[in-house]
Amino acid sequence: MNELIDAFDFQQAYTALSEVVASLFWIVLAIAAMEAVLYLLLMARQYDTRSSSIAIAIPLVVVALFLLFNNELTVDLLLQVIVILAVMAALLASIYWFIVRKRKDSKRLALTTMLLAPAVVGIAILYVYPLYYEFSLSFTKMNIRNFVDPGLFFGLTMEGTPLAPWGAEKDIFIGVQNYIDVFTGPVLKQTGFWQLLAQTLIWTVVCIFFHVTLGIGLALMLNRKLRGRTIYRALLILPWAIPVFISLQIWRTEYNFQFGAVNQVIGLFGIPPQQWLSDPYMNFLAMIITNIWLGVPFMMVITLGGLQSISQEYYEAAEIDGASGRHQFFGITLPLLRPVLVPAVLLGVFLTFNNINVPYFINQNELETSEILVSALYRAAFNFSRFGFAAAFAFVIFGILLAFTLWYVRQTKILKGSYES
Amino acid sequence: MAGQVQTMVDVRRERKDLGVWGRLTTPPGRGQDSPLKRALIHLVMIIATIIVVFPVIRVFSTSLRPGQNVLNPTLAIIPEGATLDAYWRVLTEYDLLNWLFNSLMVTVGTATLGLIIAATSAYGFSRYKFRGRGGGLTFLFATQLIPGIMLLVPIFIIYVQIGLVNSYQGLVFAYSVTAVPFSIWILKGYYDTIPYDLEEAAKIDGCTEFQAFYRVLLPLSLPALAIVFLLNFLAAWGEYFMARVLIGGREELLTWPLGVQRFQAQFQTQWADLSAASIIISIPIVLLFVYISKYLVSGLTLGGIKG
Repeated sequence: MNELIDAFDFQQAYTALSEVVASLFWIVLAIAAMEAVLYLLLMARQYDTRSSSIAIAIPLVVVALFLLFNNELTVDLLLQVIVILAVMAALLASIYWFIVRKRKDSKRLALTTMLLAPAVVGIAILYVYPLYYEFSLSFTKMNIRNFVDPGLFFGLTMEGTPLAPWGAEKDIFIGVQNYIDVFTGPVLKQTGFWQLLAQTLIWTVVCIFFHVTLGIGLALMLNRKLRGRTIYRALLILPWAIPVFISLQIWRTEYNFQFGAVNQVIGLFGIPPQQWLSDPYMNFLAMIITNIWLGVPFMMVITLGGLQSISQEYYEAAEIDGASGRHQFFGITLPLLRPVLVPAVLLGVFLTFNNINVPYFINQNELETSEILVSALYRAAFNFSRFGFAAAFAFVIFGILLAFTLWYVRQTKILKGSYES
Repeated sequence: MAGQVQTMVDVRRERKDLGVWGRLTTPPGRGQDSPLKRALIHLVMIIATIIVVFPVIRVFSTSLRPGQNVLNPTLAIIPEGATLDAYWRVLTEYDLLNWLFNSLMVTVGTATLGLIIAATSAYGFSRYKFRGRGGGLTFLFATQLIPGIMLLVPIFIIYVQIGLVNSYQGLVFAYSVTAVPFSIWILKGYYDTIPYDLEEAAKIDGCTEFQAFYRVLLPLSLPALAIVFLLNFLAAWGEYFMARVLIGGREELLTWPLGVQRFQAQFQTQWADLSAASIIISIPIVLLFVYISKYLVSGLTLGGIKG
């Protein structure tokens, strides 16, 4: 027992704990300050002194605390705080402008604004601004040698700020060259965009096909009166429950040529051992097998939920009419599953198309034939440090998925119901 | 009642006349499966279960093997000279306890914060009509298309500039916010299935607008809240790439995926240690998952059915 206590480094844990608590504290405090301002602006119409003074005091206290705890108080930092406050104020003002003004039931809308504000600000900081920044970046040749802040105006400001001590060119704006390079030049060492695209398409289509068919099949069986159903279900969702990182480490170990289980199991059926980790075709197959194993439980659970919401009366009526099992499946089950399956398939496509974990961890020898678009994106950005190029590449990938989604949504009209409340 | 008993007897008499093959292939009653079909379903289920559970059992058996690199190709579940040494070694010789502690704090903190932000915003989206509502929902949906790595590039560069790299502040913020869009969609879908009359009634009884939300709606949405918490928890618990880029440089902040990666980073993989660590890490999360899984079906699907 003492050894266990010795193994746990309390000093280290204390450092980590205080950092987590501090960051949560700052986020909560910022939200509180924002809500206070909003309350002052929208709800406290009568301007009674107590609530107003509290509403003014909270943001001031937050700023004061921030400045107190940051021991290197510089003009730069002050400016940053002012800029952040100004941006927040502008955002809130625009919410107010778009939503609340001119409405009769403004009290309810004031509450809406207060409810939405944290999410809006958070998403603005972590989605909108980075996307905009990335868009600027995609017009520059920023990389580890030219580690230069491109400036804000879509990279059009010719004077960048060098971020690294080593010598860097200040003028890194290169126009649409990155976008041309994505389609013409190599993305990785040898592999180009079109090959990666083909690999990604095969990967997505094959995985989704097996996810859906196996998921529906297992769900149909689990939905029947069956002894031990709960045990089967609990065991079958295991791949979803185990952290992906762990299951991928496990699978990679089992693909080992010499002592991995996969080669031994196929050996029982008389198939010679395969080079799962170094042969390009076998590695791709290994990736697909692993991802099918990982993704079926999700489809199964979603389908099971859909099946349980189908009333039994339909089947009884069909049986009286003498419909066969196959007819019942295609006539009743599938059409009634549609509202559940259509969004689930779309979600599955996102998760598979953007799945970087499986290609990254199964692909031990860094075979370029086993990369899909997103894992190539990771290598381009963080292994080769071509940040400008990676930004352009990312927008191309995003565009492909967006085009598919628009087509899919138009075909199936799944989003329609979600906009009515 | 009497009629039912009569039919049961009838069915039984009929089944006797069917012969062996007929008895196997005829369903005993309406909506039930014939014995043969049931046996086939069990067979398929058992095969599927074996495929699912097999890798897990393999890890368990590897973790029991004595020594590190002496691996012989075998499929035996309990290896020769089985020992629990690897578990003890993993817990005492590595920083696994610290890694798990770090992960637990970050994950619980961010999943909770993300859930609070999403639960309130989803209420706004579900119950109020305002300008930009449809656009907002579309944007939230579109964020799901963005590859995580696509956001990581600019976030990394921005964090480098404002000095948030290698500290938890950036990571906690990023985890909390990335969880929000999907959570809002699930929760909004679930809120939509709960009639607004309930809140109206509460308001007539003297609740304010906000009280109606957290006294009436929130308790009713418990399944969806549990699911969203679980999914956010799972996503942050096993997250590797963002953690590696944003905090990978600081020893004392490593989360377990970054730590466990080291078992393989050396010359020879520490097979037994890796397996033992995997088991230790997976057990609590699997138990949590199985415990909440009764909510899984209703919480995930109800929102979708309406659409």
